[in-house]
Amino acid sequence: MTVLDFIIEPLQYEFMVRAILTTTIAAVVCAVLSCWLVLTGWSLMGDAVSHAVLPGVVLAYLIGAPFALGALVFGFLAVVLIGAIRDTSRVKEDAAIGIVFTTLFALGLVLISVVPSQTDLTHIVFGNILGVSDADLMQIGILAALAFVVLIVKRRDLTLYAFDPTHAHAIGLSPRKLGALLLGLLALTSVVALQVVGVILVVAMLIIPGATAYLLTDRFGRMLIIAPALSAVCSVTGIMVSYWMDASSGGLVILVQGIAFALAYLFSPRQGLLARSLVRRSRSRRAARRSLRSGGAAPEPLPFTRDS
Amino acid sequence: MTAAIDVRNVTVRYGDVLALDDAILQVDAGRVTGLIGMNGSGKSTLFKSIMGAVRPESGTVRIGGLPPAAARASGGVAYVPQSEDVDWAFPVSVGDVVMMGRYGRLGITRRAGSADRRAVEDALERVELTDLSDRQIGSLSGGQKKRAFVARCIAQDAETLLLDEPFAGVDQRSEATIVRLLRELAGAGRTVLVSTHDLHALPDLADEAALLLRRVLFHGTVREALATERLAQAFGLESPMSSEAGDEK
Repeated sequence: MTVLDFIIEPLQYEFMVRAILTTTIAAVVCAVLSCWLVLTGWSLMGDAVSHAVLPGVVLAYLIGAPFALGALVFGFLAVVLIGAIRDTSRVKEDAAIGIVFTTLFALGLVLISVVPSQTDLTHIVFGNILGVSDADLMQIGILAALAFVVLIVKRRDLTLYAFDPTHAHAIGLSPRKLGALLLGLLALTSVVALQVVGVILVVAMLIIPGATAYLLTDRFGRMLIIAPALSAVCSVTGIMVSYWMDASSGGLVILVQGIAFALAYLFSPRQGLLARSLVRRSRSRRAARRSLRSGGAAPEPLPFTRDS
Repeated sequence: MTAAIDVRNVTVRYGDVLALDDAILQVDAGRVTGLIGMNGSGKSTLFKSIMGAVRPESGTVRIGGLPPAAARASGGVAYVPQSEDVDWAFPVSVGDVVMMGRYGRLGITRRAGSADRRAVEDALERVELTDLSDRQIGSLSGGQKKRAFVARCIAQDAETLLLDEPFAGVDQRSEATIVRLLRELAGAGRTVLVSTHDLHALPDLADEAALLLRRVLFHGTVREALATERLAQAFGLESPMSSEAGDEK
């Protein structure tokens, strides 16, 4: 089998073409959003919101409303509940997040089990990329385009909010509104990615690409290009591998992304583990040589300080 | 003439803690005013009240005659908070940070024009950071970081500048640069309010000084403010005071 066969054979099937298209769309928009999520420290919030949308999606199905609407309502409900528990009890935020999202997720599971449905709603939990219909693809495409455009238009405001909300406030912007916008986009994007990897793994698509890009560059503008490009390549690779291995497609999409992160973690030119240990070693060797040349006794081994 | 910053009878409480108690302060344009007080005296709270970041229990604030929200929206007030509020590992360059001073003037996508880029270059030059413009913000020294934030204020071109402890953890050269710039800005008619507990720098920096201990105890010339008995009162050496009150957070 050549590389070309590896790529071309699956594309003979219409369902694979749709799967790859859907995955790429979801991967790109999730990856763009993930750049802000990892920098604002909202990864856990991403986890919470993406799980908490489940009952919203099921209820939307039940009353025939758009999935995105149900997801938005429950995404915000989760955030409000988390904030309320944190602010009005002695329970800390991480515990509040854990309580709210698991409870809402459980509510979703219960609803799925009692709702009589034509389509198998458990697909929402684990994803069903190979069963995407044209109508699904259309809905995903519209939601993704909406989220993408808003993210790109407001990118500098969102970056300012993530970096320095105090300054955002000082020049007349509302950090509260920008935060709410980011949350709304998070709920919207969760719906986009549901179909691909399922509720449980959505959070991976919302964290890994941004975190990987963050290890590869010091420029936010470049993160916004690296993250979606990398995520799209990884996701399509995952789908292809799943075709050939006949294994879980959602699982493989995330697995390949995780491997890409591991490679960046180890081999990133500046932030990677390897590069940093090389820099440290050459530094201490240079220092040792200097102290030998200055005629000192055997040099003290330098403590391995972490560069911050 | 109305004061450029007018703080009238502002009281702020955080839960049970009284942070500001009926504070009154009028700051004039064209001068550098030093705000002096020990930790917990309410300096940061006073700044946040002026910026509208905390809601006073009572009292009013006007900046150039406008309430805080309107003043912020007009871009007329710039604020350099204490630096701990920022993630230094954030992937933005020094130039990016200074450009954020221009955002209030830009369109919906905040796309910078040539005038904005010139303003940023000019501001970087005035704080002597031109060579470090492309560096990631966290790779700068403490003093350089502070100068970058002062450059952002300059790029914003605001009438009113508030700086909260700009000299904390800052090297001599940066301090001298910042002092010189603040003097220039005041000379050009801007209103500059600076909190500091560096009393040595005060005569070079400020035209006048206000002593704060939850309320403004004194406001006048620097020489008068530095009189021993007044300082002793501001630093709580004279009258007994509860140490837990007015935690600055």
